[in-house]
Amino acid sequence: MNRKALIFLFLIIVAREAALSQSVIMGKVLCKKQPIPGASITLKDTYDGTTSDSSGNFKFITSEKGEHLLVITAVGYKMSEQKVTISNQPIELGIELKEEVTELNAVTITAGTFEAGDKKRAAVLNSIDVATTAGSNADISAALKTLPGTQQVGEQEGLFVRGGAGYETKQFIDGNLVNNPYFTSVPDIASRGRFSPFLFKGTVFSTGGYSALYGQALSSVLLLESIDLPEKSEIDATISPLVVGLGTQQLAKNKKSSYGINYSYVNVGLYFSLIKQTPDYFKMPQFHNGDANFRIKTKNGGMIKYYTTFAFGDLGLRRPDIDSDYLKDAFSLKNNNWYNNLTYKENLGKGWKMNLGASFSTNLDKIQQQVQDKTNLPKQFPSSQFWMNSKNFSFHNLQNLSLGRAVIEKSLGGLSAIRFGGEYWYSDYRPKFNDTLYMQIDNYTAAFAEGSIYLSKNLAAQVGARFEHSSIINRSDIAPRISLAYKAGKRSQLSVAYGIFYQKPESQQLYVPSMLGFTKAIHYVLDYQRIYNQRTLRVEAYYKKYEDLIKQMPVSYNYYDYNNAGSGYAKGIDLFFRDKKTIKDFDYWISYSYIDTKREYLNYPVPLQPSFVANHTASIVTKKFFTDLKAGFNATYSWASGRPYYNILPDANNKFYIADQGKTIDYNSLSFSAEWVPSVGNTKAKSFLVLFATVSNLLGSNQVYGYNYSYNGFIKSPIMPPAKRFYFVGLFLSWGVDRSQDAINNNL
Amino acid sequence: MKKYLIFLFAAIVLHTLAFSQSEKYEGAMKTNLALFDSAKTVEDFTKLANTFERIGEAEKTQWLPYYYAALALSTAGWMPALADKDANADRTNALCDKADAAAVTDADKAEILAIRNMAATQQMLVDPQTRFMSYGIAAGQDLQKALKLDPNNPRLYYLQGASLFGTPVQYGGGKDKAKPVFEKALELYKQQNPKELYPGWGQKQTEEMLAQCQ
Repeated sequence: MNRKALIFLFLIIVAREAALSQSVIMGKVLCKKQPIPGASITLKDTYDGTTSDSSGNFKFITSEKGEHLLVITAVGYKMSEQKVTISNQPIELGIELKEEVTELNAVTITAGTFEAGDKKRAAVLNSIDVATTAGSNADISAALKTLPGTQQVGEQEGLFVRGGAGYETKQFIDGNLVNNPYFTSVPDIASRGRFSPFLFKGTVFSTGGYSALYGQALSSVLLLESIDLPEKSEIDATISPLVVGLGTQQLAKNKKSSYGINYSYVNVGLYFSLIKQTPDYFKMPQFHNGDANFRIKTKNGGMIKYYTTFAFGDLGLRRPDIDSDYLKDAFSLKNNNWYNNLTYKENLGKGWKMNLGASFSTNLDKIQQQVQDKTNLPKQFPSSQFWMNSKNFSFHNLQNLSLGRAVIEKSLGGLSAIRFGGEYWYSDYRPKFNDTLYMQIDNYTAAFAEGSIYLSKNLAAQVGARFEHSSIINRSDIAPRISLAYKAGKRSQLSVAYGIFYQKPESQQLYVPSMLGFTKAIHYVLDYQRIYNQRTLRVEAYYKKYEDLIKQMPVSYNYYDYNNAGSGYAKGIDLFFRDKKTIKDFDYWISYSYIDTKREYLNYPVPLQPSFVANHTASIVTKKFFTDLKAGFNATYSWASGRPYYNILPDANNKFYIADQGKTIDYNSLSFSAEWVPSVGNTKAKSFLVLFATVSNLLGSNQVYGYNYSYNGFIKSPIMPPAKRFYFVGLFLSWGVDRSQDAINNNL
Repeated sequence: MKKYLIFLFAAIVLHTLAFSQSEKYEGAMKTNLALFDSAKTVEDFTKLANTFERIGEAEKTQWLPYYYAALALSTAGWMPALADKDANADRTNALCDKADAAAVTDADKAEILAIRNMAATQQMLVDPQTRFMSYGIAAGQDLQKALKLDPNNPRLYYLQGASLFGTPVQYGGGKDKAKPVFEKALELYKQQNPKELYPGWGQKQTEEMLAQCQ
């Protein structure tokens, strides 16, 4: 045999022998000195490896030789690769893994925010929650009033958050400001929000310390994120003594686009004839509402969404005039509102994302008030009775808002990202009081940048700033915002937030030429949150300082000068506990807030607790679904301590003084609602039916929101809801087929 | 002659190597598949998943090691001791992605979808009320897709039956609805004749479930 061939054969044998001798590789897998059990240790491209034990130790035998790569992986940690040279010597390794920061395990910046949605993270409140909260009547703001930090204000619409007035909370849909989120109200009666909770897949309700991406809200922002494509095509109908509606939602076959159109008509005539209302409605409130939308999914996973809604409302009511025992004030309101929102979200690749938005809204209120005599005929007064004369007025308020917004996001790896952008709001207000037209044009521009930095999965910081300029007051400001969040344990976390918030003066404060600037609030928020096994506990303490609030100075009757000399503070604690787990199919939450606040603003001559603030508020919301009855029953109890009220009048020197003050009785409300869903779970059902009934303030507790005073201050009359209880019965129907089960059934 | 000898040796060596490779693969798979029966705790199944993943990473072209790694994880996913169902499901789905990339036939892809169905179901069960619309529907769609690919896979009917069994009667589930599906599964189990190393699990479970439906 050839010698070379022999040597070759010999070498192969030697090599195989050498390969058969085995070496030991062992070590310990750690992360920050903590052992990691269950980590997978692999000698790359071989079968050899093992799993670390409960103390992070591992040991395995390999017959491989030479240079190899050892790969260590564990759930929640970044993969680690280590070069090893295997000879016959045992190898001992210390392996340090780095945590992987993911949305699931990472700390979240929660100071000041209630986040809700269908994301993996435990949601606080979603659209079903809103609809099934007794007393909310499917109104988003009403349901949010069961969360801590909000006031039970029933005489005005809006969210009164942590000592802030209703207009200090702003609403945004997909990032765009909504100028008129509520139906226009009549004095002393709160109105509903314009938007159904089912339009939105996510809600972020910030009760303070919110992000630099938003501005012009001194207290709070409500961020509504509209739904993407619907699950299926369907036709919906609503039938109730108060409202009838019809709509459809059509999803394209390729599931890439959809459109929808809805119309509803509200007429409370029948209801008001059955349930007596305190005011005398000479024109029964009626509303036409229409909306339409389209949504298109783009190639790169982006989304274009358009939503428009049109509303027309008409009503008129008479109430006794407080300065007379026979006269009446007749108030009538016609409202037209058209809202448009267009957004375009796109992935630009390489971690870049773009969010563009545009919105146009126009709102016209035609308000007329007339003092009428016993026979409902208009009554005129001599000029000496100016306080009566001033009650005869007409007010046409036209408000147009056009805006554009762009936000660019760049991912910095993991969850860290920077976001920056700008927005421009062009507001054109034309309030016309009697025959005087006030033109108010404002060009508001803002530029903002914010970085969310995850230093580890346990520590995150969000740092941002916002530059704003308003042309109508010709002022600019820079508002810094900082939040930090620290994960104190697997289930609990601590957050802090600090920020400066500016808001331009309200429209009516800008009627007279004055040198007003932005009002200002500084927020400090400390938050502790524990989420475990569908139970959420949240405790939040805050301190807010107000500067440059608007103060009124009397000029003549009902005419004022304004300046920025106001100030104030608010401090308090909010508690929230929700438990979906302890009792099967039973969900409840409890909230309690304590607040101490004083403001010297508007006509308050000294620092006073605002009349919309109760020191203590609490709510208990319960929901129970009985699967065998296919019905759910919900109850909500809300309580608030009495609120202060004042009669503030100008004295002879044209200075305000407190002519009278007091405190209202406590607020109590117990509400019930029930829904019956006979087709629940029936996947073959082609129609879906929900029968819904609710009663608010079942016990008929007296609710006093404050007092109105006569001109001379001798007579005061309580502000109360137009009826003690509110009832609603409705039938919601939808027709649409979910074909997900068909394939299986066909195969049986 | 010299050239011929070298060629011969080379042929022998190559043959040995190739043979030993497939022998090694089959051997490792068989050894670890046997461990499925004795595995009881979350740790046991994690270990098994890690081992199968290692085999998968070394082989790269075989879908079965990834499949069994995913199966081990989803088996652990049913256990109350496994706390983070979402993280477990994420890893299961990542393994399914790799298995899917290596799988060729529709029948193999249907087996992988069965695992995805279990992962989604486990995520849904964390909070059924809130998650049904996302994970519940995803789980249903996985089964639907799988049945289109392989309408004769008994495991798909077993999973469908189990899902019906766990759904309250009022929601269109219950024993009566589940029973015919389990019967169909059992019928298919009796006909099935899986290739070596191929999945065949589920018959015993189906029989147990069927007994509970009586």
